[in-house]
Amino acid sequence: MTNHWIDLRNADAILAIGCNPAENHPISMKWIEAAMDQGGKLIAVDPRFTRTASKADHYAQIRPGTDIAFLGGMINYALQNNMVHEEYVREYTNATFIVNDKYDFNEGIFCAFDDQEKTYDAKAWAYAVDGAGNPKRDHSMKDPRCVYQLLKKHYSRYTVDMVCNITGTKKEDYLAVAKTYCSTGRADKAGTILYAMGITQSTHGSQNVRATAMLQMLLGNIGIAGGGVNALRGESNVQGSTDYGLLFHLLPGYLKSPEFDNVDLKAYLEKWTPKTKDAKSANWWGNTPKYTVSLLKAWYGDNATKENNFCYDYLPKRSGNYSFVKLMEKMGKGELQGLVCMGQNPAVGGPDSLKTREALGKLDWLVTVDLWETETSIFWKRPGVNPKDIKTEVFMLPAASSVEKEGSISNSGRWAQWRYKAAEPVGDAKSDLWIIDQFAKRMKKAYEKGGVFPEPITKLAWNYGQGEEPEVHMVAKEINGYFTKDMTIVDKDKTLEFKAGDQVPMFKYLQDDGSTVSGNWIYCGSYTKDGNLMARRDLADPTGLGMYPKWSWAWPVNRRIIYNRASVNPDGVPFNPKRVVITWDALEKKWKGDVPDGPWPPMNDAKEGKYPFIMLAEGHGRLYALDMKDGPFPEHYEPIESPAKNLLSKTQTNPAVKVPANMTSDTAKFPYVGTTYRMTEHWQAGAMTRSLPWLVELVPTMFVEISQTLARAKGINNGDMVKVTSERGSIEAKALVTSRLKPFNVQGKEVEQVGLPWHFGYAGLATGDSGNVLTPSVGCANTSIPEFKAFLCNIEKGGKRA
Amino acid sequence: MAVSRREFLQGGAAAAALILSGKKAEAGGADSSQMRTKGLKSSTTICPFCAVGCGLVVHTKNGKIVNIEGDTQHPINQGALCSKGSALFQVANNERRLQKVMYRAPGSDKFEEKSWDWALERIAQKMKDTRDKSFKAKEINKKDNKEYVVNRTEGMAFLGGAGLDNEECYLWSKFARSMGVANLEHQARI
Repeated sequence: MTNHWIDLRNADAILAIGCNPAENHPISMKWIEAAMDQGGKLIAVDPRFTRTASKADHYAQIRPGTDIAFLGGMINYALQNNMVHEEYVREYTNATFIVNDKYDFNEGIFCAFDDQEKTYDAKAWAYAVDGAGNPKRDHSMKDPRCVYQLLKKHYSRYTVDMVCNITGTKKEDYLAVAKTYCSTGRADKAGTILYAMGITQSTHGSQNVRATAMLQMLLGNIGIAGGGVNALRGESNVQGSTDYGLLFHLLPGYLKSPEFDNVDLKAYLEKWTPKTKDAKSANWWGNTPKYTVSLLKAWYGDNATKENNFCYDYLPKRSGNYSFVKLMEKMGKGELQGLVCMGQNPAVGGPDSLKTREALGKLDWLVTVDLWETETSIFWKRPGVNPKDIKTEVFMLPAASSVEKEGSISNSGRWAQWRYKAAEPVGDAKSDLWIIDQFAKRMKKAYEKGGVFPEPITKLAWNYGQGEEPEVHMVAKEINGYFTKDMTIVDKDKTLEFKAGDQVPMFKYLQDDGSTVSGNWIYCGSYTKDGNLMARRDLADPTGLGMYPKWSWAWPVNRRIIYNRASVNPDGVPFNPKRVVITWDALEKKWKGDVPDGPWPPMNDAKEGKYPFIMLAEGHGRLYALDMKDGPFPEHYEPIESPAKNLLSKTQTNPAVKVPANMTSDTAKFPYVGTTYRMTEHWQAGAMTRSLPWLVELVPTMFVEISQTLARAKGINNGDMVKVTSERGSIEAKALVTSRLKPFNVQGKEVEQVGLPWHFGYAGLATGDSGNVLTPSVGCANTSIPEFKAFLCNIEKGGKRA
Repeated sequence: MAVSRREFLQGGAAAAALILSGKKAEAGGADSSQMRTKGLKSSTTICPFCAVGCGLVVHTKNGKIVNIEGDTQHPINQGALCSKGSALFQVANNERRLQKVMYRAPGSDKFEEKSWDWALERIAQKMKDTRDKSFKAKEINKKDNKEYVVNRTEGMAFLGGAGLDNEECYLWSKFARSMGVANLEHQARI
C-alpha cells in the first residue's frame, strides 16, 4: 500500500477492482464504511456479485482477465472528458516527457519485439534526450511525441462500447463507475484504488497494476490522504517477507539479487544504481551502494572488508528465472534434490497442483516446517498413490504459532507491529527463529570440517546471543543497523556524533565504506536508541487523518503515506486544505504533518527543490514505463485460455509470455470461464483454518459456485455433486447455485462462469478437492505470478462421489 | 499507560448502572468481560491471518492460553475481528497441532517420532550433501560463450515466509543466500 488501512476513511471514492475486502479483509470495511458515512462512494468491479459488491454504491461485472480494457477505458474517459488533475499530471508525471522517434505500436505489438525469444528490447522505448543528457520535455503537452499525447492516442481505442464488448460490463454500469471514480480528478477530491489477486494473477498482472497507478496519477490521487494504489495483501506478513527479499530476484530492502554478469561489487553497483543528470531529481536509488554494503556488513561482519569487496563474491548469482512455477517445473524434471517449506504448502497453493504433487516425489528429501500436517508434508500418502513407490525422505517439523513467540510483522499499510510471546509452544514445537538458527549453526559446524566453497557459510556473521533461543531483539537491532566505528556526521546545520555500536537513527546515515551495518535499509529507524519503535502503542493522531504516527512503526522512516510530496503543489501548498498530509512552513523552513518524502524544500525552490517521485531517476511518475517486459503502456490481451477473440488487436495474448503445453482454447470441450478465489472463513491453502472446529463448522467442504442459468442448463441442483474439468485435471465438489453469479456477454454470446474457492485439500479436519488442480501454470510476463483467475473449464453433474 | 477505553467504558457503565438502579454497583456478572479475564495475564498480539494487522489480546492462566479477543485499543480494528481472527484461540489450543518431530523414511507408509537433534543432524547432512554435489561455481553463458562465477547451489529450493515474523524472514534470507540458494521463493509469487 502507498497508504494504509485507516486512511481508506479519507476517500471520496473507493474503487475495489480484483479484490473483495468485505470477504477477505473484513475489518477494512470499518474504514470503507467510515468513508461512505461521509458521502464517499464504494465501487466494486468483479466477475461475481461479491460481499463487497453487496455494500457498494456501484457494481460492475467484469469478465476475468479483462482489467486492462476496463481501466484503459477509464483512462480514456478521464482524458476525453477533461477530468484529469492537470497541474499534477504536468508537474509530477512524465506526461511532458518526449519519447524517442523509434517508439511505435501496431496491432498489439510495441516496437523492438523479438518474436523468437518473445522479448522486447526496452531500450527502444527511451525518452528523447537533450544536449545535457536530460529527457526532453514539452510543458504544453502538445508535442505529438510527448507521453501525454501518446497516452491519449493509445487509449483513444478504448471507447466505452469497445470496452464493454470486451469486459461484458453493462454500458450504464460502466459509465456510472467511470463518472463516479473520475470525478476524484480534482484537487479537493480523493479516490483510492484497492486491488488484490484479481489484478495480479494474470499473464499481464503487472500491467494491470500499472493501469491502476496510471489512472491514479492522471487523477492526482497518489501521495494524498484517501488516495493511493493499495494492494490488499492476503497473508499477515507477506509484506514483510517481500521486504526481506524472500524472492529469487531480491535481496532485503528491494535490492536486486546479483545476476551472473554482475561479476564483482563494482559491476553490481554500476548495473543497479540509477543515475540522473537532473539536480532536481532526488534519485533515491542512487544510494544503492550504501544499502548494499551495509547489508553485506550485516551478513559477513568483520570478514567483510573493502579489500574483499565486502564478501560480495559469496552471494549466489542468478542466470534466469527461478520463480515458483519454474521451480516446480525443475522439481518435476528431477533437478531438485531437496526442498524446505517454511509454512508454505505448494501441493495446494500452486497452479496445476496434480503436477506439483507428482513432482514432490522426485525429491530426495523434503522438510516442512508448519503448525499442522499439510498436503505437502503428507503428499506421499495422498489419495491414489502407494507410499512404497515414493522414495522421498520427509521431515515434518512442528512450528510455534504466532502467540508462542516474539517478533514483528508488517501489515499491508507497511506498519511493522510487535507481537509478544503469551505461552510456550505446544509439545516440542519450536519457533521458526530457533529452527533457522539451528540450521545455520549446524551448517557452520559441518563446513568448518570442510566441503565445497565453505567460506560463505563459515564466515557468515551469526551472533544472536548465548541462549537456547536466538535473541530476537539482537536480530531486530541488526536489521535496523548500527555503526561499526565512531563517526561524526555533518547533516546540514547539525553535527552528529556516534559511537561504534550505536544504532543508526535512519537510513540517510548509512554508509558505503563499511562503517555501518544494516540488514534491511528500509527498516532502518525501526529500532534505535529510543528502543523498539515497532512496539509503540501511542494513539496520538496529530493530523486528525488517522495516521497514528506513534503506533508501531511504518517503513520507510515512519512515513504513513508515501509519495506525499505529491499531495502539495510545487510551492508546498496542500492541494486539498481539508486533508493536509504535509505542508511547507516557509518561516520555519520545514515540512509539517507526515514524515515527508525527503527533507528538501518544495519542488519550486530553485536551489534545493526536488521532484516528488523520488524512487525514479527522472523523479516523475511514469505514465509511460521504461522497464516493463511487455510494453510501456498496458495493453489489453486476452487470458491465455479465453472464450473470446481480442477485439483490440490481432495479438490475442500477451506476446511476451511463453505458453506451456497443457493449455487450451478449445471452447467446445471447455466452454466456461473458471476463476478461483478466497473466503472469510478459510485462509489460503487451508492448513491454518481447516483444522479449527469453529471455522470448519462454518464452511465444512469444497464447493463451486454457478449461476442459475448454468444450473438449469446442466440439470444441477443446489447441493448436488459436480465434476469440474480443465486441461490439467478434474475435481469434485458440491454445487452452490446462486444468483450472485451471472453469465458474461462475450461479443454477443452468453458465457457462463464457474467460481472456485481454492482453500481445500486432503489434509486437516475439513477436506475437499483443490481448485488449483484446474489452474494453469502460466505466469505474468514481469512477475511470473500464475493466471489463477481466468481459465477454461467444463462442469458436469455427478462424479464418483455423487 | 493512561486509562484504556475499555477501563473507561467499564467505569462509565458501572456508574450509569448505579444511577439507574440506585443500588450499589456489584462486580460484573458471570459473563462480564471482567469476570472472564480476571486474574489472568495478558499480552498483545497481531492477527496471523490476512494483512490488515488487527490487534488481539491474549489471556493466559498458569502459562496456558485461556482466552483471545480483539484489542479494543488497536486503532485499526478497535476490538473487532472477523471469523478467522476470532478463531485464533483454536490455533493455540488444538489437538491437531503438530507436537513432535516426525520423520518418514523413503518408501515407508508412516511417520515415526524423532528427536529434534536427530532430525536436525540428518537435515544438516542432507543440505550439505546436496550443496556439495550440486554447487555450481562457474558456468558458461550460452549467449556470449563466456565463463562467469555464479557460486550457486542448484539442487535445493527454499519456499515460504509469509507466515514468518520479520526477524525470521531476515535470518531465512541471510541463511539461504549464504548456502548459495538462488531458488528462494515464497507466497508473494503465487
